[in-house]
Amino acid sequence: MIDTKVPAPAPPAARGGRHDTLARAALLLLRGRTLVVLVVLVIFFSAISSEYLTQSNLILMTKHVAINAILAIGVTFVILTGGIDLSVGSIAGLSSMVAGGLLFTGLHVPGGTVFFSVAVVVVIGIVVGALVGAVNGLLVTRFKVAPFIATLGMLYVARGAAQLLSNGGTFPDLAGTDARGNTGFHVIGVDSWLGIPVAVWIMVVVAAGAIVLTTKTPFGRRIFAVGGNERAATLAGIRVNRVKIAVYVLSGCCAALAGLLLTSELGAAYPDTATTYELNAIAAAVLGGTALAGGRGTIVGTVMGAFVIGFLSDGLVLVGVSTFWQSVVKGAVIVLAVVTEQAQQRLQSGLAKRVA
Amino acid sequence: MAEKLEARDVSKNYGGVRALKNVTFTAYRGKVNVLVGENGAGKSTLMKILSGSEQPTSGEIRLDGEPVRLGSPRDAQALGIGIIHQELSLFPNLTIAENMFAGRELRRGGRFVDERAQKRRTREVLARLGQEHLSPDTLVGDLPIGQQQLVEIGRVLLTDVSVLIMDEPTSALSHHEVDVLFGVMAELREQDVTVIYISHKLDEFRRIGDWVTVFRDGSLVAHESMSRTDTGWIVRQMVGRDPDSLYTHNSAPTGDVLLEVRGLTAEGPVRPLVDDVSLTVRAGEVVGVYGLMGAGRTELVECLMGVRKASAGTVSIRGAEEPKATVQARLAAGLALVPEDRQRDGLVQTMSVRDNILVSTIGRFARTGILRGERERRTAAGQVKELAIKIPGLAAAVTSLSGGNQQKVVLARALLTEPVVLLLDEPTRGIDVGAKAQIAELMARLAAEGYGVLFISSELAEVRAMADRVLVMARGRITAEFAAADVTEEGLVAASASERALS
Repeated sequence: MIDTKVPAPAPPAARGGRHDTLARAALLLLRGRTLVVLVVLVIFFSAISSEYLTQSNLILMTKHVAINAILAIGVTFVILTGGIDLSVGSIAGLSSMVAGGLLFTGLHVPGGTVFFSVAVVVVIGIVVGALVGAVNGLLVTRFKVAPFIATLGMLYVARGAAQLLSNGGTFPDLAGTDARGNTGFHVIGVDSWLGIPVAVWIMVVVAAGAIVLTTKTPFGRRIFAVGGNERAATLAGIRVNRVKIAVYVLSGCCAALAGLLLTSELGAAYPDTATTYELNAIAAAVLGGTALAGGRGTIVGTVMGAFVIGFLSDGLVLVGVSTFWQSVVKGAVIVLAVVTEQAQQRLQSGLAKRVA
Repeated sequence: MAEKLEARDVSKNYGGVRALKNVTFTAYRGKVNVLVGENGAGKSTLMKILSGSEQPTSGEIRLDGEPVRLGSPRDAQALGIGIIHQELSLFPNLTIAENMFAGRELRRGGRFVDERAQKRRTREVLARLGQEHLSPDTLVGDLPIGQQQLVEIGRVLLTDVSVLIMDEPTSALSHHEVDVLFGVMAELREQDVTVIYISHKLDEFRRIGDWVTVFRDGSLVAHESMSRTDTGWIVRQMVGRDPDSLYTHNSAPTGDVLLEVRGLTAEGPVRPLVDDVSLTVRAGEVVGVYGLMGAGRTELVECLMGVRKASAGTVSIRGAEEPKATVQARLAAGLALVPEDRQRDGLVQTMSVRDNILVSTIGRFARTGILRGERERRTAAGQVKELAIKIPGLAAAVTSLSGGNQQKVVLARALLTEPVVLLLDEPTRGIDVGAKAQIAELMARLAAEGYGVLFISSELAEVRAMADRVLVMARGRITAEFAAADVTEEGLVAASASERALS
């Protein structure tokens, strides 16, 4: 799929010269491998199917990508600190049900039922995600539960909570009424602006914000420091626990937002919304070069990873590959991504040593 | 006297650093051959070569007069060379018996582990080590560190060794356990086993050693029958004639008290790791803390920095008590720590040189929440120039630097926090002689600029040459204090083995 023929780091005798140029070119290719894969995918599928590269299909695929990308950006924050968040799919489901319930049945308070405007509902949905994230963060920091376990537990708890909200039922109609002043939920998931779905715009905004946060703020630097070496970060005066709680909150917010978009798109809230989406999100982050050990990764990479997964899945569907084979291919691509990641690390440190 | 194991003209280079320089060393059969020298003198490197885990850059190894190739620890084991490392290599999650036979389990019917036989032989070995009260089924992780050390020794006793290398095996042992170990060593000597014994504890090894070999800066400087030496002679050989020439001595006048510690105590599993420690550091003063491994020096600075919880005591900085004892509060109050283990506690290996320098103070480089790259670059470049850090570029991976330059990166980070007292834990460990001199010069310069400097060192020459005042720690307590003029190596060594706190 991509050129993995990496020249082994040149022996000391062959310092400099052509070997370095070759190694540097290979490194560049490896660094941009997610993009390379994406381009190859697009070329491959458009050669097979004439529908693939049409404007309408591209927009549709990008809309699919948007939801996973937003989830994956949240997860990337957590992975950068060396943690993991398995609960994002369930958080999306929970915020979906909270929003659906508020729009469909309203909030029962003593003396009647209150309905909130769509904007308030969206905010409440995101706050729910933030709170669940905060619980994850507290479990990981205050109670020292391994991130995998804490968020695995939350995967079940949040999903159960989503089901409890409706006794397992669906909130079928989220259109709202003018009398209740809660119409317009479809805007975020269905509508378009300048010919591009609002959901995609939201992804762009979230991604831009996340890029600024990770690369241009002190908080971003601290995330990388905590993930790179927690003990050193502590000694450097970084409040490690605070950083960790913050990333789980961010992840929860992103998950909730993704859940709301998905719900708006479907026009109904059902408790199984976004089940197993956490796996696609983690896959996107890993594909994009985020190291599960923490300290290494980029938001741009994660978004690219989400594009690869989305464009690959939709392409396989379009050319009529069975869902079973889709799974096999997706899994193989993820593993291959990690293999090439290691090749990149080796090459990088090989080159660095020669500079020193 | 028969030569058992010899290293002839052996050298070892690590990158540009020469860890061993043309060393010719002989261990005699059926004798206890003691190796002494300061950290980084080359003892451990030579032992790694003799036990097969490192290959010499040049030179040859002879066993019973025949040249041998020790390509791996397995090769060495096959030739009857066993080693007990300073760091334990046990499995805390397995029992004593399982640890004893890990990787070479006794079999029954060729397939199944013969647990009964393993336990029986484990009991025999434990009895030999005076530990008959221990059950072979005890988890090693549940044992105190001294007994773990004995299990490690037992593991080697199970194999048929003709050469036994012991790298500071007594550092974690109690007096009684040391006596038992020496008994075992005497017994091995009777059985014609050649023992090579590395130790820092002069009073201990003089009891058991037959020959003593002194290493300094990668060279073998003396080799003598123990009976023809005394403690003073050994120390002089270890330190060399003129240690002062290497280091810059601080000559700044001292000013106000910047750091005052009273009764600082930190609990440990057996005894307090830091036991009622009081000390002061003044402006312009370089205070050295000398002691052996495990004396509680690192724990002391960790308490000062707020990384480790103190159970009692007060810390005042610039006359004001700092009660919160968090890293942030202590940083803000004016302390900064350069930790002993750079890789574990200092560097963020995934980040660049620039980011490592700025990580403590990164909040200062933001305006309305956004980092200003130009200011970051300028500050980092300024520190690089100030401390003469050699780097390929600010964006280079910090792991691509040499040890000395990595140390300077951590130091640069600490200085940016604008401390009044710098805590340096073994600041010259693992860096070459040139970088050592530079760090020493830097410390003197900082003192001259009005900083207080508190540094930890296990090197006699270093504390002597760099400190205005030396505190000696042993078993968590401060056991002696010397002014620069009164420091003698004998005094330091005696105090570092002392049981009594300085009152």
